[in-house]
Amino acid sequence: MIPSRAVNMPATESIHTQRDPWLVVEALCCARDDRILFEALGFTLTPGGIVQLEGANGSGKTTLLRAICGLAPIEDGRVSWRGTPREEVLDEFLAALTYLGHIPGVKRDLTPRENLAASRALTTMEPALPPDTAFYRVGLGGLGDTPLRRLSAGQIRRAALARLLVVPTPLWLLDEPLTALDTDGKRMLERLIADHAAAGGMTVISTHHALDLAATPVQRIRLGN
Amino acid sequence: MGLGRAFRAMLGRDIRLAVRQRGELAQPLVFFAAVATLFPLALGPEPELLERIAPGIIWVAALLSALLPMDRMFRPDYEDGTLEQMLLSPHPASVLALAKVVAHWLVTGVPVILLAPLVALFLQLPMQALPALLATLALGTPLLSLIGAIGVALTVGLRSGGPLLALLLLPLYVPVLIFAAGAVDRAAAGLPIAGPIYLLAAMLVLALTLAPMAIAASLRISLS
Repeated sequence: MIPSRAVNMPATESIHTQRDPWLVVEALCCARDDRILFEALGFTLTPGGIVQLEGANGSGKTTLLRAICGLAPIEDGRVSWRGTPREEVLDEFLAALTYLGHIPGVKRDLTPRENLAASRALTTMEPALPPDTAFYRVGLGGLGDTPLRRLSAGQIRRAALARLLVVPTPLWLLDEPLTALDTDGKRMLERLIADHAAAGGMTVISTHHALDLAATPVQRIRLGN
Repeated sequence: MGLGRAFRAMLGRDIRLAVRQRGELAQPLVFFAAVATLFPLALGPEPELLERIAPGIIWVAALLSALLPMDRMFRPDYEDGTLEQMLLSPHPASVLALAKVVAHWLVTGVPVILLAPLVALFLQLPMQALPALLATLALGTPLLSLIGAIGVALTVGLRSGGPLLALLLLPLYVPVLIFAAGAVDRAAAGLPIAGPIYLLAAMLVLALTLAPMAIAASLRISLS
């Protein structure tokens, strides 16, 4: 499989370190409003790995994703990035991840192009693709200059997904990214994730839907009892 | 991309958004003019009285009109998820937050400074006090925005943060009000104003250095 774009990884990376886990979540415990959502939760991600989070509403999928990237507090346990606790390599870790929450994180008064420029400016990476190519690939071809408030919910979601293509971070944390997407959009996202994995990228995705990711193996983690 | 570019991009994005929502842009300005004109209506138009109270009125009106749009500094970003994205940037959140405060001041504070001479004329403020009024507004309104941003960052996670925000901020605004209105008063009486002006400048420098860190820390608490 030839990846259509390279994930930003140091060129010195040799084959054997590719098998070392990049993201390690150990004995994680998170609580909300004095209620423990999950404890002793752990998983590892190696390049090319995909983790799918499943569980009922309120089982803590969003909290887990937010805890991994550092937005939600952790009661116990730790998150390590490339063998070092996240806190010690925070800048490197934040530069390596893209988090897409269930709220898309785009401005409705701006066009997809302006939104993309705003999120690109927040990163330290050079863009991997020109915006128009990214819009075309997420199915927004020709809509790059239409304000988001004139687009549908699914199109707004696609505009948010364009960030994944333009800012080539190795780790994607996607919270219910299929919300508002049609079947065509779902296939598009599955292709993005499969391509990302083929290029050595890692994805943690929370979704209720069965993902069709061709031959890419998926670790499933079920939250809640 | 570099931090300087991130700062400029954040500043540019917020100004662009403000321009697209022009109606909101005009609100504090209209409020400033309306509050200032209420006083002559209530107290009578005697020039001697107005001359005496004009510095205080203009400053109270400026302070209230700064408070009105304050919540908009972070709340829309909190609601559409772009605030999360800002905190997840590898760039320091304090610098990005400062860009937002600067943008907010440019679109809410600067118009008030530009309108102030007109309102001063309205309220019979002696001409010799006009430079002092403009100087105190130029130093004081960014100070109001910086202090206000800490309060907004702390209350942005609450459903009805507005009234709480006003209660939180008004006491913190008192020193700015005292020195700024005092300086204009002294200028109207023909006295030197270097003292209060230097004090306001020192407070602004202090706020510029420390407030961004407090804002970033408050935002992290609000979002967790």
